[in-house]
Amino acid sequence: MMSTRSVGLGSALRRGTFAPKLARNPAVFRNVVAKRYIYRTIQTTSLPPSAAREILNKQRLFRPSSPHFTIYQPQLTWLSSIVNRVTGAALSSLMYAFALAYLAFPTIFSGENIVGVVEQLPTWAKYSGKAILAAPFSFHALNGIRHLGWDIGFFLNLKTCYQAGYAVLIGTAAGTVGLCLM
Amino acid sequence: MQSLARNTLSARPSAIRGFATSAARSQAAAVQKPIQTKEFKIYRWNPDEPEKKPTLQSYKIDLNQCGPMVLDALIKIKTDLDPTLTFRRSCREGICGSCAMNIDGQNTLACLCRIDRGAKDTKIYPLPHMYIVKDLVPDLTLFYKQYKSIEPYLKHPNPPEREFYQSQEDRKKLDGLYECILCACCTTSCPSYWWNQDEYLGPATLMQAYRWIADSRDAFGAERKEKLQNEMSMYRCHTIFNCTRTCPKGLNPAAAIAKLKLEMAAE
Repeated sequence: MMSTRSVGLGSALRRGTFAPKLARNPAVFRNVVAKRYIYRTIQTTSLPPSAAREILNKQRLFRPSSPHFTIYQPQLTWLSSIVNRVTGAALSSLMYAFALAYLAFPTIFSGENIVGVVEQLPTWAKYSGKAILAAPFSFHALNGIRHLGWDIGFFLNLKTCYQAGYAVLIGTAAGTVGLCLM
Repeated sequence: MQSLARNTLSARPSAIRGFATSAARSQAAAVQKPIQTKEFKIYRWNPDEPEKKPTLQSYKIDLNQCGPMVLDALIKIKTDLDPTLTFRRSCREGICGSCAMNIDGQNTLACLCRIDRGAKDTKIYPLPHMYIVKDLVPDLTLFYKQYKSIEPYLKHPNPPEREFYQSQEDRKKLDGLYECILCACCTTSCPSYWWNQDEYLGPATLMQAYRWIADSRDAFGAERKEKLQNEMSMYRCHTIFNCTRTCPKGLNPAAAIAKLKLEMAAE
């Protein structure tokens, strides 16, 4: 058995054993089975070791990147982080946009003018407008405190990190309602 | 043949004794376990057919014919259903870190992750946002290079000739740091690492950087910190905590990085 394996005939002979009865006849084996299985050699080409890098580089060109946030389990950890970033970007761009608009058209964006416009809005628009501004503000402010806590060494294990995260969520809900009622 | 004869001989006395003790009845009958089919959807990509997009391939196995862990299921699929399925595995007991992969949306070691016996299918992906060599095997070259870049060994200009002594308190500082097996679960769970892996070192490497800075026997702490003192290497960590959440060894890379930041800010 060792000898057959060392010359690479192991699998061919094994297949021969399971071949139909006809093939077990030595003469038939020599003529048919051997020709089909044993002498069908695998074509190999000899390459110098220096070719390895080229092959690897060629393969690397086609390697796909595995999926990431689309398949990762939604967790408070990274979702609160991305929401923190989005709310921060939205709030600061709103502030810059308003400041620039006020610079360009000081009469239209003056305090009295805005108060006048908002006064005429229907109640549902007032409340939903307030909520749209209050929710990101509350979240970003409270999560900012959570971040400051991390930076001075608080909430640094999984349990306290999650507790602080849920506290921020509850605080955001309370803050949004409170600011809307103002 | 001889062993068979011995078996029949040994069986005879019990048959005789059967009159008095009814030995046969005292033995539990082998109960056929019911078939509990579970579907696994596994990420497949073959480098020999690079033009074909990666796909999820479905495999159904009987959980009652399989070990309890996801790695057992993968091995069963590879032996029974599809020998072309490719994944890394070695120790099957959570110490080598080879079988790190994303199972049902979380990075973990397949050998430490129990199969969810619920009716829902289990999805298995390779570690997220990595280049794929084949199926569940990601290319970790960059990860290892980054680890190498922090010089993960004791550095001292003139170490003592024999034992390098350390107080018990100093040794305690290394607990929770040295146990890391570098499976890359935390690093590839980090969104910051997904977007900036060319420059940001990632949680596993940073925790090891801190491991050598925190070691009382290492004399190059200042130089090590100096190397991290730039925008990208460490400060891309935004304390997201995905690393700590996912670590299959229960370590806390986020805290290690936070301590490192504190130490560097206090200087």
